Amino acid sequence: MFYFIARRSFFAVILLFVVSIFTFWIFSALPADPAALTCGKNCRPEVIEANRIRLGYDKPFIEQYGSYMKGIFVGRTYGEDESGVHCAAPSLGYSYDRHECVSSLVAKTLPVTASIAFGAFVLWMVFGIALGTLAALRRGKWPDHFATVFSVIGISFPSFFLGLLSVLFFVIWTKILPFPNYVGITENPFEWFTALILPWSVLALLSASTYIRLTRNGILEVMNEEFVRLGIAKGLPRKKLIVKYVLRAALTPIATIAGIDLAFLLGGAIVTESVFNLPGLGKLTIAAVVNSDLPILVATTLISALFIVVANAFVDIMYGFLDPRVRTK
Amino acid sequence: MFYALSVVNLEIDEIEISAEVKDISDSSGLSPWQLGMRRFRKGRLGVIALWVVLFYVLVAIFAPFIVRLLNVDPYALDRQAINDFGLPKGPLGSMSWNHPLGVEPGTGRDILGRLIYGTRLSLIIGTVGTVLSTTVGVCLGIVAGLRRGWVDSLISRIGDVALAFPSLLLIIALANPMTQRLESWGVPKGNTAKLTYILTILTIFGWVYMARLVRGQVLSLRERDFVEAARSFGAGTNHLVFKQLLPNLWPQIIIFVAMSLPGYVALEATLSFLGVGFQAPTASWGIMLGDSVRYYRADTAYLFIPGGALLILVLGFNLLADGLRDAFDPRSDRQQL
Repeated sequence: MFYFIARRSFFAVILLFVVSIFTFWIFSALPADPAALTCGKNCRPEVIEANRIRLGYDKPFIEQYGSYMKGIFVGRTYGEDESGVHCAAPSLGYSYDRHECVSSLVAKTLPVTASIAFGAFVLWMVFGIALGTLAALRRGKWPDHFATVFSVIGISFPSFFLGLLSVLFFVIWTKILPFPNYVGITENPFEWFTALILPWSVLALLSASTYIRLTRNGILEVMNEEFVRLGIAKGLPRKKLIVKYVLRAALTPIATIAGIDLAFLLGGAIVTESVFNLPGLGKLTIAAVVNSDLPILVATTLISALFIVVANAFVDIMYGFLDPRVRTK
Repeated sequence: MFYALSVVNLEIDEIEISAEVKDISDSSGLSPWQLGMRRFRKGRLGVIALWVVLFYVLVAIFAPFIVRLLNVDPYALDRQAINDFGLPKGPLGSMSWNHPLGVEPGTGRDILGRLIYGTRLSLIIGTVGTVLSTTVGVCLGIVAGLRRGWVDSLISRIGDVALAFPSLLLIIALANPMTQRLESWGVPKGNTAKLTYILTILTIFGWVYMARLVRGQVLSLRERDFVEAARSFGAGTNHLVFKQLLPNLWPQIIIFVAMSLPGYVALEATLSFLGVGFQAPTASWGIMLGDSVRYYRADTAYLFIPGGALLILVLGFNLLADGLRDAFDPRSDRQQL
């Protein structure tokens, strides 16, 4: 088991290394000159050159990558004189456009995205698994039909369209909710909740569809297994059989997908944050795209990739615990 | 040759042959393809969905004719139809005989005309994107499964790396600079360059799942008796791929294509909505939806019309995919909704 975890973690680190090199290479090979973007349109060439040296864009690619990686662990100072800017570890670069360390921008936006992602995650897992289970147990009856119709409509709805519709209905027409205006949970939990309930619901409705299907089909498949027939034969109560044996077996593969879905969402719910105007990582990314703010784009890409790779490794390792067959492969 | 093959099979595995015979007698000599199509036609919803999708495809193909027939112009600005605030005069976004679905706020362009032309963009991205990534995926999957060894490892590891990237984020982040780069390489400016970029990056990130699916199938198929037999008769790689493997892969590929199409169709609208896809005056549903955010308190029709068109198309594709899966996937137990 230890060997399995070690191998899987080692693989994740290698993968992260390759992904970070690629990310760095893609963004440094773009036609945009990051130094020229540091100061407006009518900028003197000397200033651009000075900034290029200060930000280290004059160095060869590998050296830039090296100092970036070093910055993540020990922090980094841009420029040598007293006008230099210091970004403490984990330094993810410096955004000239905003005159701020990228790490502090991320620290401001990540909690917003995390609030969106975790809330939606809880909602869609509970809702999806409950409806999927109900559909499987009442197969062919109306809960099953309802779940099927619901899930195909949910899968088909473009997220931004559903988001706009929900704002239109709940905020503008019926005025049940105020327009989403994010505040931290520590400042005002109630306002935090009212700002997030719509994004949560929209994301949850869309994602739940997939989980309804997976749960339903998973349960139906497990119901055909021999251990379930054995359980019925030896007279286990139906409730106990389903909760303790069927659900457990059927939900294990679903946990895999859930972990990766959550990781994707943590990297920035780009569409949702745009529709509901929430100041999260996704919104930060979109703003950086508009302003060609390369340091931010590199950082958000790396952070998202980190979440995805870690989630994949974590899920694999959990799988190894749950299913011994995986370990020996 | 086939006679010889079946004799070999008979000697090796009698049970398998008897199962096949039973299967054939059951289906009165229909191929799996015919069987699937027969089952598909029985699922009513799938057939309806097929007609809906066909309708959109026809609209996209004949867009210029339809636009002329209905006498709507997707690009002409109609200042008469909007008031001083840029909002359409009259109810429901200024619907009238001249503009059956009303006009765009701000410009007064005809919504029906733009809707019809927008069909093209969504369908082109959807179908070409799917075909490209499926083709690359199937080819790499077959190569990995057949060659095994270091080729397989290489392809699989590249796939791991591609999946580790946050694809939507990168597609958005690279949209403008990469389009410029393509233009500097001589790709025609504007929409052609953008289209090239979107299709390329969709393929780069989209091939992996298909390749994994095909690789797994090939790995198990290649050990089967009929492939073994063909190889022992000296069949070349071409024969193995096109006569032995692909016919067995088709159902899986079709289901997968049908399931991934709707996502690609919606993606064009998402990108344009976020402002990194196509730019006005190009007719795109995503541009209209992104634009409608500014007006939707005053002009709700402008949000509902392109949104509804997109929803119905994606729904149609999804129902079609469900129908195909139920018909072609033998494990699927649900015959209809």
